[in-house]
Order: sequence, then C-alpha cells, then structure tokens
Amino acid sequence: MLTKRIIPCLDVTAGRVVKGTSFTELRDAGDPVELAAFYYQQDADELVFLDIGATPEGRKTMVEVIEKVAEQVFIPLTVGGGLRSTRDMKLMLESGADKITINTAAVLNPKLISEGAKKFGSQCIVLAIDAKRVNSNGAPRWEVCTHGGRKPTGIDAVEWAKKAIELGAGEVLLTSWDADGHRSGYDLELTRIMSESLPVPVIASGGAGNLEHLYQALVVGKADAALAASIFHYRNYSIRQAKDYLAERGIPVRR
Amino acid sequence: MIAIIDYGAGNLRSVTNAMVKLRYQPKVTREPEDVRNAAAVIFPGVGAAADAMQSLKESGLDEAIREVIRQGQPLFAICVGMQVLMSSTEEGGWNECLGVIPGTVRKLPAGLKVPHIGWNQVKQLVRHPIFDDIPDESNFYFVHSYYAEPEDSTVVAGTTEYGVTLCSVLIKNNLVATQFHPEKSGTIGLKMYDNFLKMAGAKE
Repeated sequence: MLTKRIIPCLDVTAGRVVKGTSFTELRDAGDPVELAAFYYQQDADELVFLDIGATPEGRKTMVEVIEKVAEQVFIPLTVGGGLRSTRDMKLMLESGADKITINTAAVLNPKLISEGAKKFGSQCIVLAIDAKRVNSNGAPRWEVCTHGGRKPTGIDAVEWAKKAIELGAGEVLLTSWDADGHRSGYDLELTRIMSESLPVPVIASGGAGNLEHLYQALVVGKADAALAASIFHYRNYSIRQAKDYLAERGIPVRR
Repeated sequence: MIAIIDYGAGNLRSVTNAMVKLRYQPKVTREPEDVRNAAAVIFPGVGAAADAMQSLKESGLDEAIREVIRQGQPLFAICVGMQVLMSSTEEGGWNECLGVIPGTVRKLPAGLKVPHIGWNQVKQLVRHPIFDDIPDESNFYFVHSYYAEPEDSTVVAGTTEYGVTLCSVLIKNNLVATQFHPEKSGTIGLKMYDNFLKMAGAKE
C-alpha cells in the first residue's frame, strides 16, 4: 500500500533556512545542508527547498546547497523559487534535484509547464499554488496568488490546477495563503476539494502546528502528503514522532 | 569499471552520488565501448520510454545493452531503464523497446492517482543476494505512470500493489531491474545497490 508522505520544507534565503508568518516576518531556522541531513536521518520521505529570495545570487547559493545535500541525502529533493525557464530547471536537476516546483512563472507563462514536462517528464514538474480564500456567499472559492503570495490574480485555484495538470504537471504542492505560518491547521476544505478533483498527488501545505493537523490533512483533507516547516525546524516534534502518531491512528507511513 | 549509462534521460547525479557513498567510483558514459567493457552496468532512466529508446538507438547504446545482457555481464536497470528492456510500451501510442525481456509496458489503471508517487512496499518472491539484509515488505520510492508486465512470470522477483500487482523487481541471470529508484530509497536503497555491486564483483 502506498504510504502517506511527510515532507519538511526548507525556505532558504542567503544560504540560511528561514520561516515566516503569511509569507512575512522571517526568523532564522538553521543551515540547510545540516537540517536536510538531520531530516534524512529521521526518515523524512522527501525534502522541499524553496528559494524565497529568488534572486540570481540566491539561485547560485541554492545550487551549492542542493549539490551538498544530494551527496548525503538519498530521498527525493524538490527545488523551487524563481525558476523561470527550462534552463533554470535543468540547472537544478543537474545539481541533484529530482523535481522542480514552479509557481508565479507558471501563472505568467503556462507553456513553461508543458515545456518542462516534455523535456524532463511530468514526474519532475510540481505545480505550486498559493491559494487565498475568497469571500463569497455561495460555494467556497480560492484564488491563486503569485509573487510569494503578495499578488492576488483572480484566477480560480482549482481550475488552474486542472489546467496545469493537462499541460503536464505531475504533482500539486498546495499552500493555503490564509493558514500558512499560523500553526492552527491546514485549510482542510481547500485540501479536500483539490485532492478529490485532481488526478495527480496533492501535497498539503500551510498551517501545521501540531501532529493532529498532519493527521487531518491526510484524512479529512485526503492529501497524499503533508508538508510542514516550523514544527520540525524548531523541534516541536520530530519526523519520527509525527510518523508514530500517524501510524498509531491507522495511517500507512514509512518507518 | 562500473559504467552508468548517460543517454540524456535520467537523474545521473543521484545514481552517481549513491555509488560514491558506497565507495565505488563509477564512470558516467555515452560510449558503447565503455558499456561493453564494464564490470557492471547501471542503466538509469526517467521521463518517457519512447524518448529513451530513440536516444539509445541514435547513440548505438541499444546494441551495447543487448550485447551486455546476452553475454551475462551484470546490469542494473532502473525505472524507465527497466521498462525499455521490454518488447514494447503503450506509452505515446505504441512503441517498440529493446526486447530483451518479452513483455509489455502498460499504463497504470485509472481510479488511482497517476503518477504513482511515493514509498510503497516490495514483496520479495524469491531468495536472492540482491535482497540480502533487506527485510521483506520494505518501502522503496516509486515515481511512474507506466509499469512493465513480463510474459515469463519466473523473472518477477518482487511485486508491489498499486491498483494492480506490478512487477517491481525483475531478475534474470545477471540482469536486475527495479521499477522504484534505489538511489532515492534511503539506506535500504543503497543496500540494494551494494548487494548488486558485490554480486557483480565490482569492488575496486
């Protein structure tokens, strides 16, 4: 039986892991290479690295980080943040990344998804969506935000995900703009609607504050994987604790 | 020499890193001659099988791979590398493959999330040195939308459940192939490569 994945996310800027609230107020959380090795030892199922500065210097730093991580960490590595062309993607894949994730660049230029999928395979292309809840009287709706969550686009998040999958995205990394950094739980409604309506795996992200939240994302939200940052970075919980907690509640996990 | 075949399709860096971690010094190569002369051959692959087949043909590596397998040199094929060993694939319509192992590559059934991404268990059907110190039902990392279906069931050495019971480990003489990625399957994946390289006598 396919197990549910627990994925620590490392937001990297200027060679350091940082963490913020609703995409702002950054705090230092350590060295990315050390942290990656630590999570690998603890049986993390994958790692995600996001270059949140997304500057040319940041990209160079990220290449060095990924090269070092890939020498000692033998689980899938996903890298994103500021990748705008298949050349950018290739650079990361050659450094040791297994998948790349694109967000703003894909919204601005959807062809980037199909070009990337054609060149590297759909399994390489993870569509990242920052989805913000829209106040409406009818059915719940979410809109896509770009530029690190700063810019609402008016594009419906579910429709965008479906289109991106048709273009070749093999997985969706779904972050709730409203929940991210608040540690009060994932947006379960958003996660469930995406998981049920998309044919590819969905990684829930944004809002994990305790282990029950991970459980809810996987069971109520029906996500295939749960991504979290601060609860692991600040050692509130270890990956092992998270997996033990889930296993005791009947969720298939790798231990 | 351990040759890692480079035909422009695959995460060669990870495979190379895994070998280096195990204290081997592999050579990444596009030369059919290197493949023919290698003590052990690693045949990786990601992406589409049809594209892989085309680049193998263009570089003359297709013949080298057939020859190496025919002569019984140890070869480890990974993911799309495994699929390409079959007779043909459904991917991209219908495409001819290397035909080393009679069988077809099929699309995973509808109803489940495709690609099949993540850690899943491998049930060991045979006792074999490739499984030394690897517990039965261990988790390995999969990422694929198609799977190989060999005609001869005796080559199926391990299976995995995902909508179908799929062949996740194939062994025939000195040929080993896995649908999962050992280089992405943590210490247990590295152990499998180590077992293979020991079998191949590739210790340098």
